Amino acid sequence: MIGYLIRRVGQAVIVILGVTLIVFILSQLIPGGQARAALGPKATQIQIHHFNVLNGFNEPLWVQYWHYLLGLFQGNLGYSYRNNQGVTSLILNRLPKTIVLVGVSTLLALFIAIPLGMGQAVRRNQFFDYSMTAVSFFLYAMPAFLIGELLILFFSFNLGWFPSQPPSDASAWAVFTNPRAFVLPVFSLAALTIAAFSRYMRSSVLDTLTEDYVRTAKAKGASPRRVLYGHALRNALIPILTLIGLTLPAIVGGALITEDVFNYPGMGLLTVQSAVNDDIPLVLGTTLVATVATVIGSLIADLLYAAADPRIRLGGDD
Amino acid sequence: MPMDPFEIQPMDEPLSADDATLVPDGGEAVADGGFLRNMLRVFAENRLAVVSLGFLIFIVLFCFVGPHVYVTNQTNAQEALLNSTQNQGPTASHWLGTDENGFDILGRLMFGGQISLIVGFAAALVATIVGVIYGALSGFFGGWFDAMLMRFVDIGLSIPVLFLLIALVTIYRPTASLLIVVIAAVSWLVPARLIRAETLTLRTREYVQAVRVMGGTRKRIIGRHIVPNSVGTIVVFATFDVADSILLLAALGFLGLGVPAPQTDWGTMLSNGVNYASNGYWWQIYPVGLCIVLVVVALNYIGDALRDALEVRLQRR
Repeated sequence: MIGYLIRRVGQAVIVILGVTLIVFILSQLIPGGQARAALGPKATQIQIHHFNVLNGFNEPLWVQYWHYLLGLFQGNLGYSYRNNQGVTSLILNRLPKTIVLVGVSTLLALFIAIPLGMGQAVRRNQFFDYSMTAVSFFLYAMPAFLIGELLILFFSFNLGWFPSQPPSDASAWAVFTNPRAFVLPVFSLAALTIAAFSRYMRSSVLDTLTEDYVRTAKAKGASPRRVLYGHALRNALIPILTLIGLTLPAIVGGALITEDVFNYPGMGLLTVQSAVNDDIPLVLGTTLVATVATVIGSLIADLLYAAADPRIRLGGDD
Repeated sequence: MPMDPFEIQPMDEPLSADDATLVPDGGEAVADGGFLRNMLRVFAENRLAVVSLGFLIFIVLFCFVGPHVYVTNQTNAQEALLNSTQNQGPTASHWLGTDENGFDILGRLMFGGQISLIVGFAAALVATIVGVIYGALSGFFGGWFDAMLMRFVDIGLSIPVLFLLIALVTIYRPTASLLIVVIAAVSWLVPARLIRAETLTLRTREYVQAVRVMGGTRKRIIGRHIVPNSVGTIVVFATFDVADSILLLAALGFLGLGVPAPQTDWGTMLSNGVNYASNGYWWQIYPVGLCIVLVVVALNYIGDALRDALEVRLQRR
């Protein structure tokens, strides 16, 4: 377990370092350089030179990357010239909101998808299974923004059940204090993953139902209920943990769309707004933070997986 | 008298390479109508996929031939403002109504569809080609070279696609043609990993070893076994990736980062339409939303059927 833990954490560190390198390379690709992007098209050569010397942009690339890494360790993600503010403080304000949105909708998706997939596995190839398969295929093909917009059209404009967007000054915890305003965003983000999770859960339960220990339990006279909940379900749940880790980048990307649709001031909306405003340092900052958050989330899911599965915990090897 | 099983029985006459009697036990393996025909048969059995293919052909004709039949002004904003009412519902002259600028929606579906389809197909093509070359090189050379190339893919895949895409779009402010490159730049990682795995496993597959043991030439192994098997993976991936690229472009358009005016794409159209969602201008939302969803669903069904038809391993016959 310790060996696995060290190896897995080391892997995550390498990935994060690699991502910082990619983001640094992206910042070098700006046509005309960062000076032109910050000072605008009318800046003179002297102004640009002054800016470059001031920010160390005239030094060799590897020196610049080293300074960039050192800055990251001190929590400095760069400077947003459009907002005249540090990128870090802008993001820190928004990050908790995105984490809460992603967390709550992922949990909701699991609460719906796990019983759904289990039910489909138990009633395999019956009407319930077929109809739910059709629904999940449909959800799977729906673009995230369309799900969100349709939810707004029906439940907000037509029926008036829920507000079309959470209050703009809502804090990260408003999802618990004012849940009605968050029903639509949370459901629209959860809808993206319910399809994938339930499909996976269905095949996972089907797999475990053919295992020897399930047959043994049946042979010993355990009731179908006990076989399903006591033996099959718990083992079928283990691979779902890995799936969460693997799906996390897609969920975070989906959150970006959801935040835009529902005007929810998280990191995704910040990214979109700064992209529209040509605020490149801020976009690169949110990209880096979103990726690091995703990598850490996947790491946690993998470690939970290792803790839950004795074959990994005791075996030592993958 | 019992025969010694280990004694080599003398042959009546020596075998030559072109001896007609040199046939495996159970007879010569005969393909039932060739690989391509077999593939077409399996594909055609999937009715949903055939309908999807028909629909896709219809949409392509609709977008590229349609504007010559149903002629509308889609580029001159002044003329559109002068000659038609804005946000008008469907009428005899504007079958699907007009948008906020007075452009005819049905004509705009064709006009925007051209961009969505071209960018979707071209981005998938570029991503597949780059991914196949990268993955094949990685799998072929193996060792530390492979390890390095694949770590890079791992790192790239850990960045949420939309964030990377938005970062690239912000840096380059792309035109339609540059959007192809940008979307390909975020989607070649998956085929690279697929093809690398394919190259690695195909080389050690039992049937490849069997052919080798039976004395099959390297040309036969590559031409009859490895290539047909990886072509399946490549074509299936490419089909799904067209759907993904169309969705990525639609998402960018929806976020206001699509092709610059006066051009448009389906995502940008939808984004403009939902601004008026509360006014009940349904003709600005549902037709274009339906176009995106149906094209994506159709491509997914075609991809599924292609996988059944091309990946011989999965065929149940």
